[in-house]
Amino acid sequence: MNQTLELTDTETAVMAGLTVAAPPTLRIDVLVEVGLADHYARIDSPLGPLVVAWNGRGVSSVGQAGDDADFEARHLASTGRRAYPGTFPSRLATAIKRRLDGDRRARITLDLRGHSAFEQDVWRKALDIPRGEVRPYGWVAAEIGRPKAVRAVGTALGHNPVPLIVPCHRVVRTDGSIGQYSLGGPANKRTILSAEGLDPDEMEDAARRGERLLGCASTKIVCWPTCRTGRHMLERNRRPFRSLAEAGAAGYRPCKICRPVAVPIAA
Amino acid sequence: MDADDRLATALADDLDGAFEALVEAHQDRLYTIALRMLGDRGDAEEAAQDAFVRAYRALASYDGQRIRELRLRGWLTTILLNRCRTVATRRTARGPRPVSIDGDPTRSMPEPEAPRAGAPPEVAERHAERERWAARIVALPVAYRAAVILRHVDGLSYPEMAATLGRPEGTVKAQVHRGVALLRTMLEAERHRELQEMTA
Repeated sequence: MNQTLELTDTETAVMAGLTVAAPPTLRIDVLVEVGLADHYARIDSPLGPLVVAWNGRGVSSVGQAGDDADFEARHLASTGRRAYPGTFPSRLATAIKRRLDGDRRARITLDLRGHSAFEQDVWRKALDIPRGEVRPYGWVAAEIGRPKAVRAVGTALGHNPVPLIVPCHRVVRTDGSIGQYSLGGPANKRTILSAEGLDPDEMEDAARRGERLLGCASTKIVCWPTCRTGRHMLERNRRPFRSLAEAGAAGYRPCKICRPVAVPIAA
Repeated sequence: MDADDRLATALADDLDGAFEALVEAHQDRLYTIALRMLGDRGDAEEAAQDAFVRAYRALASYDGQRIRELRLRGWLTTILLNRCRTVATRRTARGPRPVSIDGDPTRSMPEPEAPRAGAPPEVAERHAERERWAARIVALPVAYRAAVILRHVDGLSYPEMAATLGRPEGTVKAQVHRGVALLRTMLEAERHRELQEMTA
């Protein structure tokens, strides 16, 4: 029996020839996992098909689905990262679906690198607004401790990279009109608010009549008109107010849940 | 200054900007080592991906000086072998691969880059030969397997291997030799079996 412990030259060559090229998915998967590139895939929503991009750090963008090459170019321009077609991890797919259905407990991590602390504060605050309710820009500004930054709040919401997940559609103009929407314009904002059980036309009509706030005559509490605490209010107890000052003068105190604030109508 | 030193410098200066170059430079060898250790393409890709992700997170926590001093080749290999161990453990927990159920691993070793139908016979034969060697290597005990792969497939030097495996050079050499001896025994057994089949 040949007991040579060394390999023959042929054997050495065969062993050295056992190298194989890594599959192309390896590089992409690594870069996506560490957040240096993104995957993207399509998902259905009340606004039609959307394209969602994500990486190992979280969901990085949500937009209207269109041409793939176009999306990849826009993604590169806005994030500096390449985007590759992918398949949603099942946990993420479930979480996004639940979130679009209004379940705020569905946890979705977001990758908001590259955005200012102010923008992130605004978006985090928008996340506090429950499905089926809206708040004015001025409320967001007051809540994040920047009561004068109403216009900047509007701009930040317009730059929201993850609309629907961060529900910037639930923030409306201080005069009560529905306002702009980054994901395909105001018509889409009305669609999504209607899908969440609101009546945008009725909301605007009420605002036009000067009804900015809604008080309850039995509790003497005044709320934003869509606050959930007012949902079961009896018709005879409804007391619309033009301003917090007017409500205060009538002996109403602000709701501790929706926290109405005095906001300048000009915004 | 070799390519890895330049990479280490680039990583120290701009981790996010240089990381893709690190993946490109080392993905084939990490994937190869993982495939030869684990014998399964899916497991190999998982282990190699995990290794790069862990490498990135480690680099993100190191200061520039520490990154510049890294011997990338050996450092990445150490991380990869750890990941291979984890993937293999998980694999054992899930049940053995179909490969090891088969009494003769040479028959079911999945080998990438199989020759296309109609390829010249010598291409097919070279492929079959590679497949047999891959199956023999994956049948080695894990310590010898790692030593043989790093030495003969990846081509690391003994000092590099000693650093990578965290064992004295003498031990590493002995493991390579024992691995090769076992491969030799397998070869003899195969030849013996073939002879028996021919004379039967």
